[in-house]
Amino acid sequence: MLFYTAKRFVLMLPVAIGVSLVCFLLVHLAPGDPLSAVLPTDASAETQAEMRKLYGFDKPLPVQYGLWLGRVLQGDLGVSIASGRPVAGEVINAVENSLVLAAAATLIGFVLGSLLGLLGGYFRGTIIDRLSSFTAVLGVSVPHYWLGMVLVIIFSVQLNWLPATGGGPQGSDSKGLNWDYIRFLVLPAITMSVIPMGIVARTVKALVAEILNQEFVQALAAKGLTERGVFRHVIKNAAPTALAVMGLQLGYLLGGSILIETVFSWPGTGFLLNAAIFQRDLPLLQGTILVLAIFFVVLNLLVDVVQTAIDPRVQRA
Amino acid sequence: MSAVASAGTSLAAPVARSPGYWSGVLRRLSRDKVAMVALVIILAIVLMAIFAPYLAPADPAKGSMLRRLRPIGTPNYPLGADELGRDMLSRLIYGARLSLIMGVTPVPIAFVIGGALGIIAGFAGGVVNTLIMRTIDVFYAFPSVLLAVALSGALGAGLGNALVSLTLVFIPPIARVAESVTTQVRGLDYIDAARASGAGALTIIRVHVLGNVLGPIFVYATSLVSVSMILASGLSFLGLGVRPPEPEWGLMLNTLRTAIYTQPLVAALPGLMIFITSVSFNMLSDGLRTAMEVK
Repeated sequence: MLFYTAKRFVLMLPVAIGVSLVCFLLVHLAPGDPLSAVLPTDASAETQAEMRKLYGFDKPLPVQYGLWLGRVLQGDLGVSIASGRPVAGEVINAVENSLVLAAAATLIGFVLGSLLGLLGGYFRGTIIDRLSSFTAVLGVSVPHYWLGMVLVIIFSVQLNWLPATGGGPQGSDSKGLNWDYIRFLVLPAITMSVIPMGIVARTVKALVAEILNQEFVQALAAKGLTERGVFRHVIKNAAPTALAVMGLQLGYLLGGSILIETVFSWPGTGFLLNAAIFQRDLPLLQGTILVLAIFFVVLNLLVDVVQTAIDPRVQRA
Repeated sequence: MSAVASAGTSLAAPVARSPGYWSGVLRRLSRDKVAMVALVIILAIVLMAIFAPYLAPADPAKGSMLRRLRPIGTPNYPLGADELGRDMLSRLIYGARLSLIMGVTPVPIAFVIGGALGIIAGFAGGVVNTLIMRTIDVFYAFPSVLLAVALSGALGAGLGNALVSLTLVFIPPIARVAESVTTQVRGLDYIDAARASGAGALTIIRVHVLGNVLGPIFVYATSLVSVSMILASGLSFLGLGVRPPEPEWGLMLNTLRTAIYTQPLVAALPGLMIFITSVSFNMLSDGLRTAMEVK
């Protein structure tokens, strides 16, 4: 197991390096000089050269990448052009907010999705199966940014039950398990949960159907095991895969939260990305994307290792 | 977007193809009521896009400051008017053009590029496989929405850049499916038999590999169209796709966001169009998967 974990870790390194390279090159993919956003248009050639030197843009690309990677490994993601603050600090704050939202959404999605999937798998071919499949398809097909708007229209504008936007009560930092904070989380979390719900429901349904078809389950039933006993075996066999899917969904939601965060003005990484893009704040854009992508890569590794620990059958080469 | 997650898992066993395979697929598909309804809706939306100038009752670009944000059912404005007093019905009809172009085009392009890369990697194996697939892995390591936003954000807003970003997002998952299917087929006896009988690599790919791998790759690609529709309109919604005043559903949804307090129903209409289109593509893809007997 330890050997397997070490091997997965070593295999992850080239991917992580590749990801950092893509993030580094993003800045150079941008049209025009990366400095054009900071410098006034009438800056003298002298000032331009000076700034270029200051940011290190005068060196060849591979050297720039090496220097940049060295700084990143020390936790230095550069300085935001727009705010002048270190990118690392801004990203950490935002990641915390996004993580709260993504975790809540994953949890809701997992519970509802498992329920739908179990029902669909158990009552295969019945109307319950069809309803469960239909709900799952709706979940993965709905443009969630639109669903967010619709929920705001219903629950904030019409019913006035929940706040339409924002990341918590104004002027207070009270995050945690109090209704003043949670009521801001409800709508975005529910909106975001429809995607994992659909995916988990599809996965669980396929798993349950497959497990119920296996000989050992039929043997258990034939030996007279109660429905509940059989159910326990199904859960035990479906859980590792379902949990793995859930883990990966957390990463997808965190990386893809920009649309939902824009709809609800949630102060997370998506909000940061949005600001970075429209202010052409390239260090901020680069840093945010790097942190999210590396998080996803590490999450992949964790999911893999945990899944193998629970169920050694899935061990990958 | 998250459907991309299942890329690696949708392996398919090669399907035995008799001359009647495709007619069988069509027959099974035509018996699938849900898929047929979806197909009709998609055709209707495509026709709506093509014949927009004949169907739209008004000019989608012509606004009126006096008739801003009218409710559904206003005389001359059957679906209301938007924040600049433009006819919603006409804008929704015209919007199908850009929304479909943005949402659908990336998938066939990614199908060709990703499919080719995957088949080459799977068939060649060895160093070629490692080179192609490890590069693909790097892009696959980004959550799809993040990659799309990052690329379009760096390239700048615009239809062309959005199309490039979306295509790049869909190449890795398609290539992974193509590679795994091709690797499976490559190990089968009839490929060895063909090689033993003196067939060259290209001939084997053309005659023996393509026929068995294109189906599963194609079915997987069709399942991405729905994701692509949502993502493409999402980019416009963020201001990274089509620029105003062009009618496009995602962009319309964005500019109407402030109207949710005054005309909530009108504001929700463009999203409903994206939803209907995306669900239909999903249902059709599911039907196709079943009809082609791809697991």
